[in-house]
Formats: sequence, structure tokens, C-alpha cells
Amino acid sequence: MSETTAWNKKDLLGLEYLSKEEILLILDTADSFKEVTSREIKKVPVLRGKTVVNLFYEPSTRTRVSFELAAKRLSADVINIASETSSVKKGETLIDTGRNIEALKADIIVMRHNYSGAAAILARHLGISVVNAGDGWHEHPTQALLDIFTLREKLGKIEGLNVSIVGDIAHSRVARSNIWGLTKLGARVTVCAPKMLIPPGIEEMGARATCNIEEALKNADAVNVLRMQFERDEQSAFPQQMEYYKKFGITEERLSKAKKNMIVMHPGPINRGIEISSEVADCPQSVILEQVTNGIAVRMAALFLVTQAHDRKKDETAD
Amino acid sequence: MLEKAKILDQETIQRSLTRIAHEIVEKNKGVGDVCIVGIRTRGVHLANRLAASIKQIESREISVGILDITLYRDDLTLIAYQPVVHKTEIGFDITDKNVILVDDVLYSGRTIRAALDALIDLGRPKTIQLAVLIDRGHRELPIRPDYVGKNIPTAKQEMIEVRLLEIDGKDEVVLVEKDERNNGLE
Repeated sequence: MSETTAWNKKDLLGLEYLSKEEILLILDTADSFKEVTSREIKKVPVLRGKTVVNLFYEPSTRTRVSFELAAKRLSADVINIASETSSVKKGETLIDTGRNIEALKADIIVMRHNYSGAAAILARHLGISVVNAGDGWHEHPTQALLDIFTLREKLGKIEGLNVSIVGDIAHSRVARSNIWGLTKLGARVTVCAPKMLIPPGIEEMGARATCNIEEALKNADAVNVLRMQFERDEQSAFPQQMEYYKKFGITEERLSKAKKNMIVMHPGPINRGIEISSEVADCPQSVILEQVTNGIAVRMAALFLVTQAHDRKKDETAD
Repeated sequence: MLEKAKILDQETIQRSLTRIAHEIVEKNKGVGDVCIVGIRTRGVHLANRLAASIKQIESREISVGILDITLYRDDLTLIAYQPVVHKTEIGFDITDKNVILVDDVLYSGRTIRAALDALIDLGRPKTIQLAVLIDRGHRELPIRPDYVGKNIPTAKQEMIEVRLLEIDGKDEVVLVEKDERNNGLE
């Protein structure tokens, strides 16, 4: 009688924990929400009366604004908490902060945290939904979902695609989430970075690793360019920025040797002249700003699905 | 599920739609400002058929749109399964138009309430008129149809199943009795 789907999770913690079907459901739902974001009145009433708390322990503009807009377009109320201005400064633990937010009758916590696994800990201790907006070097599921959504929109499918991820793989939750998501959907993933920035175990995740940018770009249908995270570890032996650009930067010259219509992606913020040239960032193959637009629809889908699953569970226990 | 009676067959469905098409043309004095919006899923196919009928009568193309009401439902937390959110596809401006809203079965009226809210978020139509293939009664809201294929008085434990060629492989409307008290939402 009805279309039944597989989404039963009150939280979205990472793509490692999702099935192919669950990932596709988020992408399809996001596709429907994208139509909403293109309307003159960009709002639907589906999360009316719900409260979303953005709890950010790390600086972020793009992701926080994107989640805030997504929640508002679903008619939810939104509260933003930045750790610098909160009780975290007074020594409150993460779980206590979460419990207090739950006691304030919030429905969803969207959290960014500098510790890997922080979102999972919070989700385990709380009855309300937790959406991971980036935890340490672990995962950033909605970023990978919007990357994959954009790729699918541009190329029509994910299965069989060659996708290369270039940049600081070791410290990148975006890379990890992308590898999980893309490989589950049947893409071949290559990561490319200076040797010290390729973490051990990357092959076990299903990706191929190389330190040669030409090899990484050869046959690639898309390249996802990551920022060098200089602020994370000032002491380590990063190659000089100029040297990195020379060896790994995505330049017009490298683009001209790659597949003709290779898609260029970047999760932002971009550092022009370090990991990507200004010309490439603004070229017709670049979908960097479309990624930002699609991020709202993907986050609307995530907030909608976790809320539905949470409310259904609540009804079951009430019966 | 026990099939009790066949209410409409292919011929009578088409005849009803042809009559409704004529009524739409008559009531709106032509179809200059008329557009048709079908509610997913079966309302969409009925909308397409109405547009084809009107084209035969008036020799004019009518814009047809698709409305998905999932995000406007009032029972999202009550239903056991999770409905998939599909796209609303209305590629024209409904402001100042006479919008013919089309669905297969009119029952509680809650689907139509959701559809009215969804439409009004897209623009300000001159009028919204409601066309349904079957009106089975039991309204829970003050909503009435402007065009009806057939009125069928039903008991609450009965259900109307509309089957259409485009998705079900045949055209028919049947009255069925629910075996037990399962959560029979339209």
C-alpha cells in the first residue's frame, strides 16, 4: 500500500554507518527539497514546532549557516551556540551540555566538535536527534552527501565514476566521509597527497592512494580538492605552501591534461594559489558554489529524516 | 482485502473525465486562465487525462503540474511508515490562474487541506477548484468538490481503490472491505 523506506535512525553520525539504500534515500529526499529552495517562498511547514540547536565547538561559517537555513526552511526554530560564549568555558562537560539542551526541549542538536567520535557519544547519551556537522578527523557526513549529491546531479550517477580526492587526507573528515559514501555507491576513489598526509589504512576503506597528482587526475571524472589544514598542526613538516602548489595544486595546466569535462569540487574555504589556482576555482567545470547551494537541500533532508525516525520511535514506545 | 463491487470500469472512468472536462470549460467560460495540478500519485494521471480531454474540446494546451503534499500532511507522526518526499513539479506561475486541483478519491478532506496550503505557498491563484474521480463521504473538514466523477456512499471500514492504466495496468474503481482493523489510511 505504501512506499516503505529504510531510514530508522534518530541520528546522522557518519556515512560509515549507512547502507547504500540509506544514502540514496537522503539524496533522493534532498532532490525534492531542492525544489523547495528554488521557490519564491522557500519554506515548508514540516518541522514546525521543532527546535534545532547548532552546537559548534569549532569555528564554522558555511556549515552553520547552511544548517541554520535548512532548519528555517523547514519552519523549525534555531538556536546557535558557539563554545567560546557558552558554559563550556566554565568547565561543563559535553554530555552535561547535551543533557541541558535536551532539558530545554530541543529536538535536534547539530554538533561540530574537534574530537573524533564526539557526536556518537552525545547521541548515545541523549534521546533527541544528533546530526554530526564534523567531528575531529573522523566524519563530516553532510559535506560528503552534498558533494555526492552535486556529483550525481552533474554526471547522472555515481556508480562506475572515478573520483580523486586531493589534499590533506590525513586530517580530513571530508575525505573520510566521501570515501565511505562514494565507495558504497560504487565509485572508484583515489586519494592523492604528500606521503606524510596519507593516513595508514586508507586502502582498507576501499580507496587507492598515490602521491602523484598526474596519476590521480588521469581518468578522473571528478576531483575533490581539499584545503591544506595549516591551522591544525603548525609544527609538523608540511611542505611549503608554494611547493605544495607546485606539486599538487590544481592548475589550468593540470586540468588541460585531465579528462575534458572533469568536475572540480572543493568543500571550502578555498585558498587560492595553494591547493587550487584562481582560474580553476572559477572555471566552468568548477561546481564549488553549486555545492554550497546543494548543501541546504541535503541538510534539509537530513534534519527531516532524523526527525521522522525519532518521532516514530517515540510513538512506538508510547504505545 | 475483500473486493465487494466494481464501481467504474475503463469506459465509465473515461466518460466521467470527459464530462468533468466539459464542466471545467463551461464553469470557467473557456480555459484561458485554467491550469491543472494533480496530487501525487494517481491525481497526476487523472490531471493529464483531463488536460487531454480539454484539448480535444477547446483545441488548447493546458499547463499541468504535479503536487507532492508530504511536507504539508498533518499525520506525519501518526503513520507507521515513512513516506518518501517526492518533488513538486509546477513549472508555471499559478498566480491569478484558475487552478483545477485533481485527486482520485475525496474522503476526510485532509489531503486537500494539505494541498491547499502547499498551493498557496506557490502563489496566489484566482480560484482553486477541486476535481475528484470519487467522493466517498466522511469529511472531517469543511471541504467540498467542484467536480465529481461519481459519488459513492461508503462505510468507514470500506475502502475505495482506484486503479489506473498508467500505473496499475488497468482502469477500474473497486469497493473493498478491509479484513480487519488495520491502520487504513488513504
